[in-house]
Formats: sequence, C-alpha cells, structure tokens
Amino acid sequence: METLNTYRAGPDDNGHFGIYGGRYVAETLMPLVLAVERAYTEARNDPAFAREMGYYFTHYVGRPSPLYLARRLTDHLGGATIYFKREDLNHTGAHKINNCIGQILLARRMGKTRIIAETGAGQHGVATATVCALFDIPCTVYMGTIDIERQAPNVYRMKMLGAEVRPVTAGSATLKDAMNEALRDWVANVEDTYYLIGTVAGPHPYPMMVRDFQSVIGDEVREQILEAEGRLPDTLLACIGGGSNALGLFYPFLDDSGVRMIAVEAAGEGIETGKHAASLSAGAPGVLHGNRTYLLQDADGQIDEAHSISAGLDYPGIGPEHAWLRDAERVECVSATDDEAVEAFHLCTRLEGIIPALEAAHAVAHVCTIAAALGRGNLLVLNMSGRGDKDLDTVAGLAGGTP
Amino acid sequence: MSVQTRIDRRFAALKREGRAGLIAFVTAGDPDAGTSREILSGLPGAGADLIELGMPFSDPMADGPAIQASSQRALKAGASLSATLAMVKDFRAADDDTPVILMGYYNPIYVYGVDAFLGDAKAAGVDGLIVVDMPPEEEDELCLPAIEAGVSFIFLTAPTTDDARLPRVLEHTSGFVYYVSITGITGTKSAAIGDVRAAVERLRRHTELPVAVGFGIKTPGQAAAVAAVADAAVVGSALVDTVADNLDEAGKPRPGLAAAVLALVGDLARGVRGARMKGAAQ
Repeated sequence: METLNTYRAGPDDNGHFGIYGGRYVAETLMPLVLAVERAYTEARNDPAFAREMGYYFTHYVGRPSPLYLARRLTDHLGGATIYFKREDLNHTGAHKINNCIGQILLARRMGKTRIIAETGAGQHGVATATVCALFDIPCTVYMGTIDIERQAPNVYRMKMLGAEVRPVTAGSATLKDAMNEALRDWVANVEDTYYLIGTVAGPHPYPMMVRDFQSVIGDEVREQILEAEGRLPDTLLACIGGGSNALGLFYPFLDDSGVRMIAVEAAGEGIETGKHAASLSAGAPGVLHGNRTYLLQDADGQIDEAHSISAGLDYPGIGPEHAWLRDAERVECVSATDDEAVEAFHLCTRLEGIIPALEAAHAVAHVCTIAAALGRGNLLVLNMSGRGDKDLDTVAGLAGGTP
Repeated sequence: MSVQTRIDRRFAALKREGRAGLIAFVTAGDPDAGTSREILSGLPGAGADLIELGMPFSDPMADGPAIQASSQRALKAGASLSATLAMVKDFRAADDDTPVILMGYYNPIYVYGVDAFLGDAKAAGVDGLIVVDMPPEEEDELCLPAIEAGVSFIFLTAPTTDDARLPRVLEHTSGFVYYVSITGITGTKSAAIGDVRAAVERLRRHTELPVAVGFGIKTPGQAAAVAAVADAAVVGSALVDTVADNLDEAGKPRPGLAAAVLALVGDLARGVRGARMKGAAQ
C-alpha cells in the first residue's frame, strides 16, 4: 500500500473518504443535511463557537480527562506500559458527551427547537438527554427494545432527564433499527428538528463533524503523554462499533508514522459463528444510513443483524473514515469475543478498581492479548471510553457472573 | 425525440386521452413469488397505467410500516434483486407497453454491481429507476450510467426541495418527475390538495416532464383529487396493506389475495379516470 503524505485531509467537499462516506439520503432530507453542513462550516470557523465548546468541556464535562498509568494491569501483563485515557470519568460516564456538547451548540445556532437521537448502549441517549436538559430542548431518543431491556439503568436515566424514549421493535430491535426510525422521524419533522447522531457515521457532514468534536480525546492524550513520558505513544488502542471514541483518539495521531493504531471490533460469539459485529474484519463495502462503508450483509445486499454482548458495539456498520483507514492500512483491525470482553471486564475491575463499559472491555481484552508481545518499554494508550455501571445487570446475569 | 421510451409513449397517450395516469406500487415477491407474479401480471388489466415495482430491502429508511412489512414478507419468502429482474422479464414477455419502474434503495444494486444491474435491468425490460437514497449529489454513481444504458432515472422532489435546488434535481431526471407530497415516510399523512396543486404548478415552471405525485394517496377519492392536478397519482401503501389484510395467521396468502389487490387498483383507476373528465367538459 502506498504511504500518503497525510491521512488527515479527508473528507473531500462531497464528504467522501476515498470511495467511502458521501450523502446517500432521500431528497426530503438532502436540503437539511446541506443546511447542517453549512452551519457546521460556519461554526468551525467561528472562534466564539470554539470558546463556547471549551467552556462546557471544562466546566460541565470535566475535561481534560486524566491519562492514567494502569500500573497493576501493566505489571500483571508483564509487557507494554499501559495508560488509560479516562473518558469514563466524563460527566455522564462516557466519551459520548463530547460530541453532544458540540452538536447541541450547533443545533442552537441553527435555531432548532427539537432534538432526536438514536442510541444502542444508551450512553449516547443519556448524553443527548443531558445536554437537552441543560439547554431546555425537548428530546426524543429511539432505542431498540432489545437494548432497552439490557440497558435499563440508562433508559431510566434518560427519562429522568426529561427525554422521551421511543422503543423500536422493527428488524433486530437494536441500534441499526433505532437509526432507521430516527431518520424516519427526521423526514417527518424537517422544520424544527435536529438529528443528533451519536457516532462518526451517517451522511456528510456527520462523520467529519463528530470526529472533530471527539478529537479532543487525542489532542489531550498528545499533551498528556508528552508531559508524562516525554514522547509520543507507540500504540493506540480503542474499541470500535460506529467508531467515534476510536477516531477521537486516533485522528490527531494519524500523521505520526511511529504511532501504531489498533481498533478492536466485537467478535460476539466468534466471527466464525456469524454472530458478531465485526464489520471491518468480516463485512464488505455497501451503502446504509447515508454513507458507504463496510457493512455486515448478505450476497443480495440485505443488511445482516449484528451480535454483541455490548449494546454500543451492536451495529452492522462502521464510520466511513474507518473504512478508508482500514483500506489504507493505517489502522489495524482486530476483534475480541463476548467471553474475552467479560473476562477483561472482571480483570480490569479487580486490578485497577475501574469498572469498564463492556464496549471498552473489548479494548482491554485485546491489550491482554498483545501487551506481553509488545514488550517492556512499549507505550500504549487505551481509550477507556466509558464506565461499566450500566452493564452490571448484563454481567451479573451471566453464568458465573456473580462475584 | 428520436427514440421514444415506453414511459414517454404512455404519458403521451394519457395526454391524448385527456386524463392523468395511475401508478401502482407493489413490492416484488410480496407475499411470495407466485402471488406477486399474479398481482404484477394483472395490474395493467386492472387499470394501472404505469407500474412501480419495489425492490425489497432490509432497511427501508424512507418507508412507513406498511411498505417495511411488505419488504420483510418478500425477503422472508426468498426475494432477491435477481428474482425481481426475472419477474420483470416474464412480465415483459406478455406486456410490451406498460412501463415498469423499479423503486428501492441503493445497497442491493451496489452489491449486484451497477453495470451488471443496468445491463440486466435493460434486458429484462425495466424502463426506469427510482432509488430513494441516491440524490443528485451522488449522480455519477448510478443516475448517469443508467441514462447511458437507456434506463430512465427518476429523482424524487420534495416539499423541502426549494426553487434554488430544484434545477439541480431536475437536471438529469428523465421520464417523469416524482413529487413526494408530504414531508414524511410512505403511507402516513396525506397532503392537502391545495398544497399539491401549488407544488405541481411550481414544478411545471421548472420542467416540461410529466409530474407524478405520491406518498399518502390511499383512496379512490384522494387519487382522483391528485389526478385532477397532476399527470399521475402513485398509490403504494394501500395496495400492500391489502396484501397484508389477505394473509392467514401463518402469513400465507388467502385465496383471492391477488384479486383483492387488483380490485382496489380498479377502484383507484376509476377514480383517476373520472377526475379530469369533469375538467375536460368545462
């Protein structure tokens, strides 16, 4: 593969990252999508917008989030020096709030008076409901009934925050179907409604915009690791469903050729079983939800259902920039199974006193796999993208899950 | 025009008759291949002037519950894009006049391969394509190759398509213009007829092409009202709802399912045909 001068130039004016991305939406939505793009282009060039975001990042989210040396996990694995980027310590307990702050401020600039969102694990739904409470804007969150069942604490949280949670029974009743319903809502409520997408997917400009809002993660890591170790990390590692926490960590380092990047997909019950959510590892290019990207699909182009113990990774697609970075071989794609993630969930909890979200536990699982081989002196940063309180019911429900 | 397409010929004939057309939408393979073929072959005789044949997709984002369910039924019964093309081919062997427009979403076409699909569609006798998630911004990918292959590409226009954007959408639309009369998904709310009239007049200021109006037209009365102001009325959800109403508890078609769908097409066609007669007599 030829090496590019920069991996940070995308997307082009039409939202393409190579063959990926784009704006594959119905005509009714197209003018809205173009309006979001215009508003975002204006906002990103407005220092007042950056100042406003910075204010809420510092005083509301609690940024910067710490970069924590996980000494006991490092000793236990006997190899790479492992740092956690503590996005789990953000207000609302995950990286999702970074993007929500950015988009709610944009929605306000656009004069929108109603917010809709989709959610899988409920972290994005909670973050959206939170910023809507903060700015007193009505909020409707679409969530698959399967996810409502396995993420009950987050459903309760959203309702307390004043959001309406609309259950989605169509299809597999998970994240993909919630996104379909949110798009249908948007088509029917074009005048007043802003669609606050939770990951680096959807039609342009969403993948770019969400990446920009999440890049605060990698920007902080760069400063923090230089401060702590005097050099850049050797390895970056993040779990990947839609891909917003991974891209937020990776993006600022894409042109640092010495930094290896690894994205960990959800292998569910094992890729060979067909019950997984590993679209980069086992999918093929296709068009869904407004963009071209890797999808889990059959030979007729029908979208397959994804499977993962982690609701946040249970999506048959992936952000288009990740698809491009995979083809360019800038980011390596690996996977961890449900069982490996649960084992890592317990290990991290017992060794570090940090209960990771099941999503982030996939990243921890892969660190367990490679830390020894990377060897001492390898500086590794893992994005601890969320906390696991929401997953206690799921884990307790497993055989042998009770402590 | 040197070579007229079936779509052009049909709209020219409607114009001579002084009436608007009925476009019937059904999903290919719903509720199963055999019944679906029976419905398709009966549509012209029942009064459908043009046929929109839905290409089933697992995630029809712009469709309401009725068409979502019809897609699911078809896929469950084994529908695929190649089966849809085979259906058109067989239909075309018996009917060389009624235009068939395939309607659906891009991913199955993309996975089939655009060039292979266009070649096979043309050979099967497909006249046009409506691909919901293919806006003019992505026209290089399917719209322009379709026109090159001799298949019309019909873009949707919506209430949100303003005068500044309309020329862009109309630039490569061929055959006719499809106006989505509501901001919403299929089979839900219906537009006020005054709004439809104003919208069609706006479109006619921008194009000479016939204007078809769809989304939210369910009854013969609504079809007649739209036919009085547009060149064609599209009815879809009401027809696939009739399919759903004629399934047994196991989801199998009851005897007379196809006849029930075609009877509704007949009622709709009478509504459409009656609409402009009054106007013509004035």
